[in-house]
Amino acid sequence: MSAFLRGYLSVLVFGFAAVAMVGAMLGAGRLLRPSRPQPQKYIAYESGVDPVGTGWSQSQVRYYIFALLFVMFDVEAVFIFPWAIRLEALGIFGLVEMLIFIVILALGLVYAWRKGVLRWV
Amino acid sequence: MPLILGVDLSAYWATTLLKVLVVLGLIPAGAIILGYVFLLKMMSHMQSRLGPMEAGPHGSLQLVADGLKFIQKEDIFPERSDRFVFAAAPIVVLLSTFLLYIVIPAGPRLIVEDLDTGIFFALAVSSLSVLGILMAGWASANKYSLIGALRAAGQLIAYELPLILAVVGVVIQAGTMSLQGIVMAQAEGEIFGVGIIGNPFIFTQLIGFMLFLVAAQAELTQAPFDMPVAESELVAGFMTEYTGFRFLFFFMGEFGTAFAFSAIGATLFLGGWYVPGVEGTLADVLGPLVLGAKIMAVAFFIFWFRFSYPRLREDQLQAFAWKLLIPLALVNIAVTGVLKVAF
Repeated sequence: MSAFLRGYLSVLVFGFAAVAMVGAMLGAGRLLRPSRPQPQKYIAYESGVDPVGTGWSQSQVRYYIFALLFVMFDVEAVFIFPWAIRLEALGIFGLVEMLIFIVILALGLVYAWRKGVLRWV
Repeated sequence: MPLILGVDLSAYWATTLLKVLVVLGLIPAGAIILGYVFLLKMMSHMQSRLGPMEAGPHGSLQLVADGLKFIQKEDIFPERSDRFVFAAAPIVVLLSTFLLYIVIPAGPRLIVEDLDTGIFFALAVSSLSVLGILMAGWASANKYSLIGALRAAGQLIAYELPLILAVVGVVIQAGTMSLQGIVMAQAEGEIFGVGIIGNPFIFTQLIGFMLFLVAAQAELTQAPFDMPVAESELVAGFMTEYTGFRFLFFFMGEFGTAFAFSAIGATLFLGGWYVPGVEGTLADVLGPLVLGAKIMAVAFFIFWFRFSYPRLREDQLQAFAWKLLIPLALVNIAVTGVLKVAF
């Protein structure tokens, strides 16, 4: 197994360890905590008033348009990281290339701004 | 010793087990230290009161007592909740915290795994916690929880980008994403030809550091970005329906992540564990102490902001991120790139 893969094997081990620890703590807690079921305890908490309707009521996600912009810029960040590591080797050519890329994206942000996308609806 | 594919696995498993145990101890310890020093004592003193004083000397065992209290609380699943997702949500949050600690170096050899993708990996797993928060809010079948979870998602959308883009400046300067490599790049750097203290990137990346602090503040849902758990509006936001141990997991996740983010900030911008002129085993001994001091310094800023600023509105949050932080981060990247190539 290469050192590269072994690094990510540790990530896997840590993931399982985290789940196992939480499971063990909850299991141990079961021995200590009381269990006295009463129907009132399981009602959704709405500041002491009986809940109205279901918990999963419709709500308007007002920032969905920001979410679309976010996807675009997040993908951009993925492209910037490899460039950032190799900048020393890429030199002026790589720099100009990336500046053009960033300017195009910045133009996109300015366009969205002017179109009123960055306004709270 | 068993050799599988050319690697001595028994030694690997022995060291990995040790590392798992250390991190398992470190997360509650970090959470308790930050919680006691800043949440209980610093906030109290800033507000001209003493804070808890009864449990232990100067109230230092208060959080341990709180933890013991949580263990004795009944485990309640609200009716109509999605039981599986409800139970899984705190695990996802804690998993994200746990994985963050893998890449943080505390000395030349004190690191779980020095992944090549170090900081990128840390940013990726840190946003897993928002998934856990969304799961918690959705599964609770409670209106407060659902609104809190949606606000948390909005926060991710606004502040994930400034956080990532602020880090790019450091990656350009160091030429690597491995956190150990970033520490060494700062150790070997020079300020105008003087290399006594190396070159902590806070001097050249001051804007990046400020962007990182603001974005980390939002990632950690600390005030003024604490809308997902706004007490005066949403009771406890996505945590409203959680009791006992499961609530404790969210607390540990929040403060454990704050500790990890402070460590990442200290590593990226303040030079990490590096002590000038110290090498070898002594660096492994002094490194954690130096890193610990820097963690407390960064965490001090995070909590200072938390106790000083009032909560923002959701539209102010989005506008602040998209109209100020992201353009600033893009300019920072461009300027850093130009200077790196020019010099």
